[in-house]
Amino acid sequence: MTVRVQEQAFDLGAEVQAFALGRDDAGAVVNFTGIVRNTPDGDLERMEMEHYPGMTENALKGIEAEAMKRWNLKDCLIIHRYGTLRPGDLIMMVATASPHRGDAFEAAMFLMDYLKSRAPFWKKEYTTDGAEWVAAKDEDEDALTKW
Amino acid sequence: MIDVLYFAWVRERIGLPKEQVETGAATVAELVEELKAREERYAAAFEDVSALRVAVDQELTDFDAPLAGVREVAFFPPMTGG
Repeated sequence: MTVRVQEQAFDLGAEVQAFALGRDDAGAVVNFTGIVRNTPDGDLERMEMEHYPGMTENALKGIEAEAMKRWNLKDCLIIHRYGTLRPGDLIMMVATASPHRGDAFEAAMFLMDYLKSRAPFWKKEYTTDGAEWVAAKDEDEDALTKW
Repeated sequence: MIDVLYFAWVRERIGLPKEQVETGAATVAELVEELKAREERYAAAFEDVSALRVAVDQELTDFDAPLAGVREVAFFPPMTGG
């Protein structure tokens, strides 16, 4: 289990490769990657991702530990960035390794659903019209009820 | 003394990220009432606590959580990670 909270970019290919290679205990690796989406008008200049140092790492480790308990996982990885991000930048990734794909897919969904609403990150979008905090969506909170 | 931290628009509304607060409040809710009574910017930030989340010693909790022995309280809007 690994958690990395960092400002700098990460190399998606290298991370997934390092996570997947050299395993003979897991037949399935699933990766989800989050990317900064532009607005429908295409006027997003940047996003500032704020977080709560200390609590962020602990919350993500707690979510990973819960996933390891609920599914048959051999390993999982969360990388989440903070600071200034631009449209098309990679914000975060999760990866799960399991003997079978069902557990790997479900656990990856669970990690995503939980970290969206339970890890202390906040996004502020800067467009040509000004700056605005991104509001949490009810559907993100509702997504937790299925777990 | 308790360290009180603010994040996102709560930080912007209050105008600082962190402060030390001398308080006799028994719960988070009592601490909020003390802060609101201080100045308008606190009253504005805490106007609707249903729009806020609170962490005590870096664990998410509720506004009725006790403060005995607590070192750090943080207030922030619902999280938007991922």
